[in-house]
Amino acid sequence: MSRKAPRRSLLALRALLRDRGALVSLGFLSILVAMAAGAGLLPIEPMRQNILHALEAPSASNWFGTDELGRDILARVIYGARTSLQTAGGAVAIAACIGIPMGLIAGYYGGWRDAVLMRMVDVLLALPGILFAMAIIAVLGRSQMAALVAVGITGIPNFARITRAQVLSLRSRDFVTAVEAFGASSQYAMFRTVLPNAWSPILVQAIVLASLAILLEAALAFLGIGVPPPTPSWGEMLRTGKNYLHEAPHYAILPGVALTLTILAFDTLGRALARVLEDRHDSGAGLAAAKEEGGR
Amino acid sequence: MSAPILTVQGLEVDFTGSGRPVPVIRGVDFEVHPNEILCIVGESGSGKSVTALAATGLLPDTARVRGQVRLGQTEVIGAPAEVLRRMRGDEVGFIFQDPTTTLNPVLPVGRQITEGQVAHGRLRQADAPRRAAELLAEVDIADPEGRVRQYPHQFSGGMRQRAVIAMAMAGKPRLIIADEPTTALDVTVQAQVLDLLRRRQAETGAAIILITHDLGVVAEVADRVAVMYAGRIVETGPVDELFANPRHPYTTALLESLPRLDTSGARLDPIPGQPPVPGAFPEGCAFHPRCRLAKGQPRCATEDPALRALGGGQAAACHFAERNAAPKPPAELRAPIGESGGSDAPLLEIDDLKVHFPLRSRILRLTRGHVRAVDGVSLTVRAGETVSLVGESGCGKTTTGRAVMGLIPVSGGDIRFEGRSVVGLRRQAMRAVRRNMQYIFQDPFSSLNPVLPVEDIVAEPLRIHGLFEQFGGARYIAELFDMVGLSAQMFGRYPREFSGGQKQRIGIARALALKPRLVILDEPVAALDVSIQAQILNLLQDLQRDLGLGYLFIAHNLSVVRQISDRVAVMYLGRIVEESARDALYETPTHPYTQSLLSAVPVPEPRGRETRQRIVLTGEIPNPAAPPPGCTFHPRCFRASDLCRGEIPAFRAYPGLPTRSACHHAGPLAESEAVAGRKEATR
Repeated sequence: MSRKAPRRSLLALRALLRDRGALVSLGFLSILVAMAAGAGLLPIEPMRQNILHALEAPSASNWFGTDELGRDILARVIYGARTSLQTAGGAVAIAACIGIPMGLIAGYYGGWRDAVLMRMVDVLLALPGILFAMAIIAVLGRSQMAALVAVGITGIPNFARITRAQVLSLRSRDFVTAVEAFGASSQYAMFRTVLPNAWSPILVQAIVLASLAILLEAALAFLGIGVPPPTPSWGEMLRTGKNYLHEAPHYAILPGVALTLTILAFDTLGRALARVLEDRHDSGAGLAAAKEEGGR
Repeated sequence: MSAPILTVQGLEVDFTGSGRPVPVIRGVDFEVHPNEILCIVGESGSGKSVTALAATGLLPDTARVRGQVRLGQTEVIGAPAEVLRRMRGDEVGFIFQDPTTTLNPVLPVGRQITEGQVAHGRLRQADAPRRAAELLAEVDIADPEGRVRQYPHQFSGGMRQRAVIAMAMAGKPRLIIADEPTTALDVTVQAQVLDLLRRRQAETGAAIILITHDLGVVAEVADRVAVMYAGRIVETGPVDELFANPRHPYTTALLESLPRLDTSGARLDPIPGQPPVPGAFPEGCAFHPRCRLAKGQPRCATEDPALRALGGGQAAACHFAERNAAPKPPAELRAPIGESGGSDAPLLEIDDLKVHFPLRSRILRLTRGHVRAVDGVSLTVRAGETVSLVGESGCGKTTTGRAVMGLIPVSGGDIRFEGRSVVGLRRQAMRAVRRNMQYIFQDPFSSLNPVLPVEDIVAEPLRIHGLFEQFGGARYIAELFDMVGLSAQMFGRYPREFSGGQKQRIGIARALALKPRLVILDEPVAALDVSIQAQILNLLQDLQRDLGLGYLFIAHNLSVVRQISDRVAVMYLGRIVEESARDALYETPTHPYTQSLLSAVPVPEPRGRETRQRIVLTGEIPNPAAPPPGCTFHPRCFRASDLCRGEIPAFRAYPGLPTRSACHHAGPLAESEAVAGRKEATR
């Protein structure tokens, strides 16, 4: 028992990998991320046009066929993953960087700060996300950055609310009062004491939001206001593919499947993570797990 | 003797939550007869509550129960759910620890009391309200007809527990199981509820199993006692014999480790080590690692002793029960500081401190009045001295402590630390003061940051003040660990891996890290097991002696306060009603509230309990938002006169004693008053 206890995050990861759904999702997402990141190393060319071979059915040279300009669909889906994941990652980062401090300040200080910040959140929530994103793109112009910022801003309320709820329940705990009694500053109490105890639901929220961001990005592209062509994007492919549903039904299948699986994987992972972290919060179970580890 | 109501034989319970089964109860046998109160006493994790739940078939499906349990005519183990439901409705009443959670907040109290009877078809719906009023009247609730229609939140804590007792008694059960029924109550209310429980038991002839950790409560009410340790009964016997002549070394050690109201200043004799947790019970006799008889006895480490009869109705599970000695009377060791010097300038002076919380109206947020949580408290603490603030819940003792720490804004008066006022200091100046003034929290489970390893928790105050390197870094942290009896090998572990007592030691190490001069201790042992309490109290006394610390000790437990204090101040409704040197206060209290508090404390001495004279206060602490006029204690006071109803008594010195008291009729308790007080209560 004298050996050091494993870190809490490590324990959570182990518990997560015991969940089959989470394991499969994590595997799928890892492959997707690896392919998107390493797409430049693959022998594929998403931009090369070959009009003579437009809208061809799947074949040995083009596994999932070609699009209306004769470009390889598989190559475009792989590069499309890059667009999707970049947008989602950037959007979640923006939402977290603004939403988490908002929630922290609102929950920790309360009073007028809470009122002002939460009314701002209410305004954001009152607007439908896609409408709001369209308005932002109308202002910023059509670019990947605009899509990223637009999706990010719609995600702020989720982070702000969930962080605030966590802070409110932690705020009155004795260990927070304790650091205040030692003479710690409010920033110390907020960022060094409250926030590290609030991570679990925020992490789950980030994963849920990533899947929402991918969906919103695809929706924007589908409406023709997302990432501008010729950058490959799943939503853009679906948008064009629907025009050739009769001539080339294979066109929309691969991007559609990729989109569905990615969102499903993020959701499954998020749900499994929520379950694991909830179990761990139940101190008895956490203790039992720690004991089990120590006994080995 | 008549046939037992409950017979338990060879009861074993394993919990199969995750992975391998964890044994919680390892072979328990006992009987309960009609018209008898059996107390099951033990520390946390000893299995006392699980035993009661198993006896009534209330354990969840994750529990594997073996053995034989016969309750009335029913074999409990293996019985179908419907049979058990009928049995519980007919034969058993339950009283749980927290009346707030036992009662359903959205149903009127009267309806809840008779709900079970109506459901079991023994009471017609139309007769229910009348019967509920009868039952409430039987538990001494005034205006029962009006009260049956009220909701739990309209009842005070003590009244709620009375209502729960009424509910438990409603079906005239033959067995009542009371699990820590008074632990959540204040001491004066506890006295009322124990009185009531015993009286109702005598009136109905029911058997009671009372589960408690408090040996005082046991001595007060029990007929027979079963002491549990690590999932077994280690000793059982009639209450008088068990207290006078315990046969198991654990019982002896428990009695010796208890802070007592009737002796003072002696150093406690704690049981070393920690109570074992289920799943990690030691081999052989589970108590042997902490036992003083087991030293050098290989048999204790290998063979689990059976519970064997020792005559006089007593039985003990110890190989060497014959050698066990009676608890030795504690010896006087420590002289109160007041007599051994202590002429230093005061460390902390609280002068007419007031903390008022505004009461605001729901919509317009207008201030409608104030809760006078602290209303004119004056107190002085010198270096090396322990001053205790004692009182019941809601009297403002914790608010006083937090106001001194600057955690709550002060409404009036002054707080001086080493001669300088700390009220209204700016942040930077307050930070400097906080270096010298530290706080130890009541609940060690919530006062340590769960995501930090323990060495970082202890180092945190140093890091906040930027003094970590200057004080010697990790080596200094290791010294602090050593000082509070922990090992530096525990570095890298997280709070959840420690027991309650160890966590409180970590909390103490953290409070001492900055080398403060004054420590405010808010109920530092209230959440700990009896055997651990003594360890922590001794540690606190040692640290005070070695480091010359001043303690402001906030507590509700009068025995603990007597153990550790030099001077004691008794608070009631935001004011200090009496303050004195410890022994003077305990031996010759002059304020009627102090007198009733002291007489309400259950004494761990069963002999003479029938004739012991006690003042049982009527009523409960009034709402501090609307305190009674004049002396706030007058509605409950046995000396109250017209003067008390009109005029607030001044806090003044009582001639001939080192005491100051706020009472128009201050004076030592006369023999006749105790009796009068008792009559008052039973009327």
